[in-house]
Amino acid sequence: MEKKEITLQIDRHTVSVPEGTMILEAARKVGINIPTLCHINLEGTCIKSSPASCRICVVEVEGRKNLAPACATRCTEGMVVKTSTLRVMNARKVIAELILSDHPNDCLTCPKSGNCELQALALRFNVREMPYAGGELSLRKKEVTASIVRNMDKCIFCRRCESVCNEVQTVGALGAVRRGFNTTIAPAFDKKLSESECTYCGQCVAVCPVGALTERDHTNRLLEDLEDPDKVVLVQTAPAVRVALGEAFGMEPGTIVTGKMVTALRELGFNYVFDTDFAADLTIMEEGAEVLDRLSRFLEGDKTVALPILTSCCPAWVNFFEHYFPDMLNIPSTARSPQQMFGSIAKSYWAEKMGIPREKLVVVSIMPCLAKKYECDREEFKVDGNPDVDYSISTRELATLIKRANIDFEGLPDSEFDMPLGASTGAGVIFGASGGVMEAALRSVYEIYTGKTLEKVDLETVRGMDGFRKATVDLNGFELKVGIAHGLGNARKLLEEIRRHECEYHVIEIMACPGGCIGGGGQPLHHGRAEVLKARAEAIYREDEGKPIRKSHENPYIQQLYEECLGKPLSERAHHLLHTHYFNKSN
Amino acid sequence: MSEIKLACAVVEQVEAICDKHRNDPGELINILHECQHLHGYLPEDMQRVIARKLNIPVSKVYGVVTFYTFFTMTPRGKYPISVCMGTACYVRGAEKLLEEFKRVLGIEVGETTPDGKFSLDCLRCVGACGLAPVVMIGDKVYGRLMPVEVKKILDELE
Repeated sequence: MEKKEITLQIDRHTVSVPEGTMILEAARKVGINIPTLCHINLEGTCIKSSPASCRICVVEVEGRKNLAPACATRCTEGMVVKTSTLRVMNARKVIAELILSDHPNDCLTCPKSGNCELQALALRFNVREMPYAGGELSLRKKEVTASIVRNMDKCIFCRRCESVCNEVQTVGALGAVRRGFNTTIAPAFDKKLSESECTYCGQCVAVCPVGALTERDHTNRLLEDLEDPDKVVLVQTAPAVRVALGEAFGMEPGTIVTGKMVTALRELGFNYVFDTDFAADLTIMEEGAEVLDRLSRFLEGDKTVALPILTSCCPAWVNFFEHYFPDMLNIPSTARSPQQMFGSIAKSYWAEKMGIPREKLVVVSIMPCLAKKYECDREEFKVDGNPDVDYSISTRELATLIKRANIDFEGLPDSEFDMPLGASTGAGVIFGASGGVMEAALRSVYEIYTGKTLEKVDLETVRGMDGFRKATVDLNGFELKVGIAHGLGNARKLLEEIRRHECEYHVIEIMACPGGCIGGGGQPLHHGRAEVLKARAEAIYREDEGKPIRKSHENPYIQQLYEECLGKPLSERAHHLLHTHYFNKSN
Repeated sequence: MSEIKLACAVVEQVEAICDKHRNDPGELINILHECQHLHGYLPEDMQRVIARKLNIPVSKVYGVVTFYTFFTMTPRGKYPISVCMGTACYVRGAEKLLEEFKRVLGIEVGETTPDGKFSLDCLRCVGACGLAPVVMIGDKVYGRLMPVEVKKILDELE
């Protein structure tokens, strides 16, 4: 049913909106940008939080005594709204000053400085003094985990992280505890985040308006390694980084900066600049072979085959099912993530080929992700205590490094990745967007299974931003049913279906973050603008289109790797280097 | 608290309380009330059982338990003492009374004596303002209590 249209007056504008629209959205329609702090709505994704707790967005509504929060007040017919009267502006300023009264105000040394929404509001409201003093938050708890840093004295209780962690991701690690000045946002029983169900998806960091939740910073460690003459430092870059890094230098969202990024990494002093996309192609070889193996056994009548098979590229997703679905650890693919496959190959095959001893080699990854930091630390990805990937830095950290090194990023010429571990196909690139792993897998699985050439490489049905998407692919008469979910809440629904044996799919791709890795917790902050994620996803597919080879199994360097080292997919050596197992982390 | 494992019988009773409220997350506060009445306090394991039954994150349960001062995660004493700090009691010296309880028992508000005999809490108005200042020990109400009487009353309780 069409919603009834409502007409109202906002400042000098007459606006018509569907019934149920909040004043905030109606105002944005006519270009009035009412300031917000707690509110976030990443339209088209599941990221949404509007508790109306901060009151920054208050407006005057004719006939109402009190100011009304624009984010939580529905438009009514004939309503007259004023968004910028002196009364409103003063109220907003006082609210900001009150929030600042128990905020540390250490902007100069805060990791969020320049990107902080509270700082931006203080500037916008012309706050020039701190008129209020008094009680302060009592629980100044700081915790440094492998991925995320919590600095709770900076928390302003906007509750965005709580909404994302509970309602969107259904992880339930973070919640408000106690009241008044004793309030904090913490895991149950005030446990450490590292002892909670946290998956390190980093979406709390991606939405935190202030410096309360930030990433574990490895930039200084990296600078030391780069200066060390005894070390060979090589870098791998995830697909989603190249379509977002430019934003940190004022470029339009969706600008592809692959070539500039490679040049910048060389200028920073990396000895070899490689591409995680190479390992993404490798993932398709292994995961694709696993799909084909499970499917053919299933079609031969083997009822013990674990189907659907779930992708395992996303470390936050792996953490999620280890915590919440320990009874189903046999369902996900055993293939390691591209980051870990890369590290494993770099420190074995490549290091041997180059004659570099493992202990001299430092493998660094640039990731759009915070869970990848934790993944590097997992014991099963170490050989005699030496990790396959030494550490991971986020897209944001890379931007900081480039700025610190006085590199004029925009003016950089393009350059190419080093070979052989920098060679990749379009299939490897699209791993960065939700649906990409599935599309890449289908491109190879189809050709290997049917023996036919895939005429149309672009499989648009699996692309997009819907939380759950499905498609059917004809494999010589067999209808392969695939599903794609992003956001852990959507993943949970699917997993529960599988548990109840109600799931009709054969292969499912799952990514923890909205839009896939392009919306990762380590990316330049989107500040609630959904169009940023959309532009990044479009850029990923443009990059794919521009690649001469677009199917993983046609990557000549991947073929060479199998000839020289691995034999064939799922071989014993491939299992040893490229596959993993999962743990029950429930409590 | 995590080392305290709930007895199976208690788990069953908690589950029954949740079932009685149709495992409805909207009933969380009522469920917590009944569970605390049953067990005297709300240990970690009990909150986990409730979270599992209601299909909500345990962080949410813990958030509610810590928000309301009525709920406690500390085991109550054999004789739970509640000093009324409502307006009438307060103006008639409840604070001095509370200080005396703290001094004699050697514990702070919200704590329990090491022997498990007494626990000390405050509450707001029991509706007996005519008897101010009022103290409740278990279900018994003590009215017009003076600090000098505190020690004697405690000594009499076995």
